Amino acid sequence: MFRNVKRKNSDNELTDMSFTKSKIGSINMPIRLESQNLSVIYGTTYGIKEISFPIYDKKVTALIGPSGCGKTTFLRAMNRMHDLTRNTCIEGSVYLNGKDIYAPKVDPVIIRRKLGMVFQKPTPFPTMSIYDNVIAGLKLVGIKKRAYLDEVVERSLKQAALWEEVKDRLKTPGGSLSGGQQQRLSIARALAVEPDVLLMDEPTSSLDPQSTNRIEELIETLKKQVTIVVVTHNMQQAARISDFTAFFYLGKLIEYNSTTKMFTVPEHKQTEDYLSGKFG
Amino acid sequence: MKSLKQRYMRENIMKVFIILNTILVITPLIIILAYVIVRGIGAINIDLFTQELGSPSRAMVGRPTGLAHTIIGTFVVDFLALIIAVPFGLGAGIMLSEYPDHKLNPLMRVMNDTLNGMPAVLKGLLAWALVVKPMGSFSGLSGGVALAFVMLPIIARSTESALMNIPWSIREAGLAIGLPRWRVITSVVIPASKTGLVTGLLLAFARAVGEAAPLLFTSFGNNYKSATLLGWIFGPVDTLPQRLYSLAISPYKHWHQLGWAAGILLLLFVILSFIIARFVAREKKY
Repeated sequence: MFRNVKRKNSDNELTDMSFTKSKIGSINMPIRLESQNLSVIYGTTYGIKEISFPIYDKKVTALIGPSGCGKTTFLRAMNRMHDLTRNTCIEGSVYLNGKDIYAPKVDPVIIRRKLGMVFQKPTPFPTMSIYDNVIAGLKLVGIKKRAYLDEVVERSLKQAALWEEVKDRLKTPGGSLSGGQQQRLSIARALAVEPDVLLMDEPTSSLDPQSTNRIEELIETLKKQVTIVVVTHNMQQAARISDFTAFFYLGKLIEYNSTTKMFTVPEHKQTEDYLSGKFG
Repeated sequence: MKSLKQRYMRENIMKVFIILNTILVITPLIIILAYVIVRGIGAINIDLFTQELGSPSRAMVGRPTGLAHTIIGTFVVDFLALIIAVPFGLGAGIMLSEYPDHKLNPLMRVMNDTLNGMPAVLKGLLAWALVVKPMGSFSGLSGGVALAFVMLPIIARSTESALMNIPWSIREAGLAIGLPRWRVITSVVIPASKTGLVTGLLLAFARAVGEAAPLLFTSFGNNYKSATLLGWIFGPVDTLPQRLYSLAISPYKHWHQLGWAAGILLLLFVILSFIIARFVAREKKY
């Protein structure tokens, strides 16, 4: 089920996994998701170029870098969201549980169920109640058993730390919640379909500090159940919540390491400059 | 640098100009409304809503006449038109909005705009050729088809517009939890744009209700209620705009007055449609 780190030799020192592997040390940590020479091309320009690194199972991986460096592009390539944009081309592969998600016969709809995504701006479905929002991913694909759906709603809302606040008003519209609550609702909605990985694109950017704190605590609890990848432009947040960090710049992966090592002894000058605020 | 006094003066001149323009625009509407109401109010009585028209000599022998069959006929023909036009109009609007890269879209847009601009009488001619001639008789159905051609481009355009108002992020959220694209459209996008869609339908209805030309040789007209229920669909029926025309060119004074009353009824239909559309589109509070 899990694919251990077995990397081909690469000319590019920056993406040579044997190099980073030895720095991380733990060879037998299971890998849930892995990109290999992944490039995304918009029209004629490279959004990201030849990105290769693993996402370890049940850990939080943060993607950091200045604006426009390709971290969101990379995240969206993980669940085939680029299939929906015009003039976009993918090179390389992404392996989920050892299988290439870009293989010809793979159904992107199923991939998106296994890799849930939470966006920067919380978007509860406007016409649906909280209850219907959470089970949208199940009910709208045919699962109708009431008892099971009730159970899923409770489980997902508890996982998203929202159950206590809304359990008495599950039938009220999703849009009647506050920003932070709406974001937790979006997380519950993504968790309801039981994904293997949760991809989060700047989940706390549009929230106040208190809500941000709650979501960060949530991520800490959630990582025991699901692998998490977080894109953040806030490096302090990355330092707080993640186990591994990948630093992107101008579409390339500059450095990938465990968070403690990257933030204390970064290996590349660019990483050090970014972390100390010299640019970005 | 203009002085404060000069600026205030310009402001006031502009205000007066804008108010005058508004009055200029509303005045014809008020004149039409007032004239029609004054002329037709005399014929507004219970008979108008309960009696058929009958022959011109009916009033002379003291029997009551009215436009009940016309009101029913208008509803029948216009709802038939809605039933025909809505699936195609909605479908076209969804196609244009949700699948913008489809090859057929540019062609569809051109054809939609052409159909929209085509004179309504030609649409009546098309319905005549398609329904009246093969069937061998005038019918409510052919009137419905003609009005459907009138409604179709309006519904397609307003549907596309209503759907495009829904932000991409809502669709993205649906796709991100593993919903197939068609499911996102039917269960997320369309319910979210319900208000806009219904408003578009009501506006198309209001437009079609007032069309007389295409009905002159499709539903044709009837002085009586249809004998059977199917007769309303497969036989000639009376509709308000077409009846208004017939009454107006007739040589009978009492029929002229009925014509003014038909005008009032027509105005009522249109105004009511717009009021309902406004009501449906009101801001909802949580």
